[in-house]
Amino acid sequence: MSAVAEERNTRAPWALTGPALMLFVGVLLVPLAMTVMLSFHDWGQYKGIEPVFILKNWKEIATDPYYAEMFWRTFRIAILTTLLTALLGAPEAYILNRMSGRWKSFFLLVILGPLLISVVARTLGWALLFGGNNGLVNKLLMSAGAIRFPIPFMFTETGMVVALAHVMMPFMVLSVWAALQRLDPQIENAAMSLGAGPLTIIRRIIMPQIMPGVLSGAIIVFSLSASAFATPAIIGGRRLKVAATLAYDEFLNTLNWPLGAAVATLLLVALVLIVVGSNALIERRYAEVFR
Amino acid sequence: MAYLELDRVAKQFGAQTVVDDFSLSVGKGEFISFLGPSGCGKTTTLQMIAGFLDPTRGAIRLEGKDLTAIHPAKRGLGIVFQSYALFPHMTAAENVAFGLEMRNVPRADRAERVRAALAMVGLAGYEDRHPRRMSGGQQQRVALARALVIKPSVLLLDEPLSNLDAKLREEMQIELRQIQRTIGTTTILVTHDQNEAMSLSDRIVVMSQGKIEQIGTPQETYEKPASAFVSQFLGKTNDFAGTIDRTVSPTQLVAGSWRAPAPAALGGPVTVSVRPERIGFGDTGLSAKIITRIFQGNHWLFQCDSECGPAIVIRQNDGTVQPAEGDAVRLTWRPEDMSVRARAGA
Repeated sequence: MSAVAEERNTRAPWALTGPALMLFVGVLLVPLAMTVMLSFHDWGQYKGIEPVFILKNWKEIATDPYYAEMFWRTFRIAILTTLLTALLGAPEAYILNRMSGRWKSFFLLVILGPLLISVVARTLGWALLFGGNNGLVNKLLMSAGAIRFPIPFMFTETGMVVALAHVMMPFMVLSVWAALQRLDPQIENAAMSLGAGPLTIIRRIIMPQIMPGVLSGAIIVFSLSASAFATPAIIGGRRLKVAATLAYDEFLNTLNWPLGAAVATLLLVALVLIVVGSNALIERRYAEVFR
Repeated sequence: MAYLELDRVAKQFGAQTVVDDFSLSVGKGEFISFLGPSGCGKTTTLQMIAGFLDPTRGAIRLEGKDLTAIHPAKRGLGIVFQSYALFPHMTAAENVAFGLEMRNVPRADRAERVRAALAMVGLAGYEDRHPRRMSGGQQQRVALARALVIKPSVLLLDEPLSNLDAKLREEMQIELRQIQRTIGTTTILVTHDQNEAMSLSDRIVVMSQGKIEQIGTPQETYEKPASAFVSQFLGKTNDFAGTIDRTVSPTQLVAGSWRAPAPAALGGPVTVSVRPERIGFGDTGLSAKIITRIFQGNHWLFQCDSECGPAIVIRQNDGTVQPAEGDAVRLTWRPEDMSVRARAGA
C-alpha cells in the first residue's frame, strides 16, 4: 500500500502542474526559442526568409550606429521615466499613507484608476492636450498669450518620458506603499521623542527603510518602460523610434522578420541582465537589514 | 514637591471621552505605574505626556513648566514603545547614538556614552548587530538603552515587557527596577499586568474607563482597594454580600453566620471583600463546604461553596493538616483583613 501511495505522491505534483506547465512551454518557451532561432536566419527583399544559420543580423546591429543610437535612446527614456516616477511616486505614497481613512481610500483609487483605462487611451489623452497647434492646452496657452508657439510634446523624448511616467506611476506608488506598510507605526514617534525634526525623520528614518520599495518599483518601471510599445508608438511614431517600435516595424512593415527578431532578442537579453543584476545588488545591499 | 504634574487632564476623540479628570503628581525619582485593562486610557495618558496627543482639557507640568506648550521633539523624554520601534536599518550602537546625534553631542563623547548605555543594559559586544538579528529581549534592551542614553527627565514605558515570554519578562522586571533605582530616573510604566505593576512601582494608578480608580502604593491598592474594580483587578478576591445591623448595640456587620463589629459611617447593605490568603478555617464564621482542593507546592488552593456564594481560600503549606474535599468548614478572618463598601441597588 505504501508503495502505491509513494508512487502516487511522486506522480501527483506532475499531474497537477502539467496543464500549466504545458501552457507555459507552448505559449512562452517555444515562441521565444523560435524568435531566437529566427534572428540567425537570412532575409532578402525577393527571396524572403531563408532558414540558414548566419550572423548577418547581429553584425548589422553591432556595426550600424543607427541601432546603437536607438538602444541608447530606449534606455535613456526608461531611466528618465524611472527617475521621474521615483521622484514623484515615493512622496506621493508617503503622503497617501499619512492621510486619514476615507481620503486614503479615495486617493488610492485615484492612483490605481488609470490602470483600468487602456494605455492607448491614456496616451492619446496626452496627444489631445499637447498635440501641436490643436492641442487643448497649447491652444489655451497661446490664446491667453502665455506662449507664442505650441509646447513641443509630440515626437519628443520629453513627451515620451512624461507620458510613460504617467502610465507607470501606479507601479511605483504601489511598490513604495507596500514598503511603507512594513514600517513600525511608532517609528516616527520614536525618532521624534529622541529629538528629530520632520525633515530628519524623513531623511534618516523613513527614506532608508522605503528604499528597497523604491528600488523594486524602479526595476518594474524600468523594464516596463524599456519594452513599452503603445506609448512610444503614439508619442514618438516613426520619427522617434525605440527598440520595441523598431522591432514592430521590421516585422510588419519591412517584413524583415530575422532582423526584427534580433532586435527583440537583444532587448530581452539586455533587460534580463539589467534586472537580474540590479536585483542581486539590491538584495546584497539590504540583506543585513531586511532579512 | 511635584516633579511631574497632571492637572485634571482629559482627552476626547469626537464625542468619546477616553481620559477624564486625570490628576496626579509624581515626585522626582518615583516609579509610577498606570494599571488597567485595555481601553482604560492609560496609553492615551502616556501619549499626552509624550506629546503625541494633545489633551482636550487640563494641564501637564514638568518642574512647574507647561509641558504641552513644548514640541514632543524638545521635551527630552525617554520612551520605550511596546513594539520597541527600533530603527531596523541601523545597528544597536547607531540606534542608541541617534538621540545623542540629534543633540549634537561630539562624536568621541557620543561613542563613550553609547558604549556605557549598552553595557548598562547588558549588551556590551552587541554594538554592531542589527535589530532584526537580535532576540526580543535584546531588542527591548536596545530600546531601553536608546531611551536612557539621552538622560531623559522622565522615562515613559509603554507596555515594554508584554511581547516577552514569562521567564524573560520576570528577569527584565528585576533588571528594569535595578536600573531605575541606580540612575534614579522618574519613570512611568503603562501596563495591564498587575504583577508587573506591583513588583516594579512605588505607586500604582489604577484606571478604568478613562478614570482613576485609585492611586496608592502596591500594598495599599492590594489591601485597601478603593473600589470593587480595584479589588477585582488586583489579584483574586472574595466578595460577600453582608448587611450592617444598626438595630443592635453595638452595631454589627453580618454576612451569613459571620459577625463582626460594624465599621463606622456605613449602614444597610454592604460588600465585604477579603483576599483568599487572609481567610482561615475556624470554629465559627461563614459556613462553607469544600468543593475542590488543589495542591500547589508552597500553598493549598480551596474552592468552597459558602452560604454567601463561592469563595476561594489559600492556605500556606505549613505542615498542618488541611481539610479534605467535601468537608464542612467555617471560614473566618480578622476584621482588619477585610474591606467593606456600601452595596448599591440591594
